[in-house]
Amino acid sequence: MSAATTINGGLRRVPAWPLYILGAGYMVWEFWQALNGLGPYGVEPINVLEREYGEIALILLIAGLTVTPLRTWTGVNLIKFRRAIGLLAFFYVLAHFLVFTVLDVQTIGRVVTEVIKRPYVTVGFLGFLALIPLAVTSNNWSIRRIGPVRWRRLHKLTYPAALLGALHYIWLVKGWPLEPFLYMGAVIALLVLRLNWTKIRAILIPSRQQTNS
Amino acid sequence: MAHRWKNDMTPADVTPKSLFLNRRQLIAGTAGLGAIAMAGGAQAQDAMTPNTLEEITTYNNFYEFGTGKSDPANNAEAMVIDPWTVTVDGLVDNPGDYSLADLTEGLTIEERIYRFRCVEAWSMVVPWQGFELADLLAKVGVQGDAKYVAFETVVQPENMPGVRSRVIDFPYVEGLRLDEAMHPLTMMATGLYGAPLPKQSGAPLRLVVPWKYGFKSIKSIVKISLVAEQPEATWNNINPREYGFYSNVNPGVDHPRWSQATERRIGGGLFASRQDTLMFNGYDEVASLYDGMDLSKEF
Ligand code: HEM
Repeated sequence: MSAATTINGGLRRVPAWPLYILGAGYMVWEFWQALNGLGPYGVEPINVLEREYGEIALILLIAGLTVTPLRTWTGVNLIKFRRAIGLLAFFYVLAHFLVFTVLDVQTIGRVVTEVIKRPYVTVGFLGFLALIPLAVTSNNWSIRRIGPVRWRRLHKLTYPAALLGALHYIWLVKGWPLEPFLYMGAVIALLVLRLNWTKIRAILIPSRQQTNS
Repeated sequence: MAHRWKNDMTPADVTPKSLFLNRRQLIAGTAGLGAIAMAGGAQAQDAMTPNTLEEITTYNNFYEFGTGKSDPANNAEAMVIDPWTVTVDGLVDNPGDYSLADLTEGLTIEERIYRFRCVEAWSMVVPWQGFELADLLAKVGVQGDAKYVAFETVVQPENMPGVRSRVIDFPYVEGLRLDEAMHPLTMMATGLYGAPLPKQSGAPLRLVVPWKYGFKSIKSIVKISLVAEQPEATWNNINPREYGFYSNVNPGVDHPRWSQATERRIGGGLFASRQDTLMFNGYDEVASLYDGMDLSKEF
């Protein structure tokens, strides 16, 4: 029995619902710390909370993107956790957006200006928009209604959402810190792993295949 | 010639030590009640009350120690500031390597409570101690063809994690036009809240130019040069579109990536409201330095 089979067997008994509680609990815990100036929040909690939620959102988007390549390349199957990971990513982006709107920028007029005028905010906002239909359709009823093929096609929107999220991060930092590039690297790597390599090879080196035949 | 500028905030505005140390705990206590923090908004901070020592010394930009706001407070302790030598060179009558004591000898230390506006749209009020840069320049003797003053921050790679990871080019450099440097508002700070400058605040000697964005107020200075040409400035080098050489606080000129029209006073908690940013950070007395300049172009 391979390691992957053992892991999958063990995971069969782990339910997905605790992820929602963990995710929501952590979000509340962060907010509570920010409210009281604890931990990393110190003297300027608004920006820290905004960044904290944004970073967790990006991590969750990336985690969601690992599920398929992990199964393809190692056989480990986390698919039953993917909906929870994706929905949590959406709710963290939503919380991130609400901190931005309500606590940071504070007026609707300024929010609109920022979204239009600042490319890095525009990019984040597009990522947020891309996630809305995904969150709305992350339930069994929607899969049945839309049909699995079209549903799967729709949910490819996670790719641009993750790319936009990582680009947004690169764009907003000053100087050249490493983290945003690591996140972007992870997103790109996870997308590249999805490409159909047999097909690509066939397209790139057709002559070789001919001489082989 | 010290005392050429009078605080609109007086030493009486400096909260007694016991109070500024406690205010944080007080805020934390009430914030637990949520609703109160909400109603309190900016904790009713009036414009003149200095921020607490904790606020001033735990929320800093000092990239030599890392890019996080708390990195300087966590890492700056390693910086060696004694002995400290400042090189004065260029178009001066008395160039040389000065010990800190020699450099500051005979200069009058006074308290200045200044607003501090970061380019990142947050602000504080800081009770500095220090002397006017003009007095120091008089002491070293500025020659006639000097037009600018250039400054340089210390580089101690072994003590500075940010320098080792090369997030930006070091040493950090900044500059002022000579008339800006000579303005009575421009000071060299050596102390904060009546004690020597904490390392994360730029010990042992830093520039303070209250009508410019904070990054102009270069920290931990080891070199002062009088020059004829406009000197290099670190952020201006990195991105001239985003950070001008002058970088005067100006609510009408946005940073390309965020608005400069408003700012958030540090210390208001999670529900702090924004306040309007003032031209020259409220220091209108410097306006005449820029007569005839289009400050939306020369920002
Ligand atoms: C897919 C959606 C999004 C993702 C993945 C995302 C992710 C992030 C990340 C990783 C950061 C930096 C965190 C850090 O510094 O540790 C960040 C910061 C930020 N994001 Fe987003 N974000 C998204 C959408 C948005 C939206 C919709 C807005 C506003 C309309 C927004 C506004 C901001 C702002 C203002 C900052 C902080 C900038 C600063 O500190 O100066 N983001 N975001």
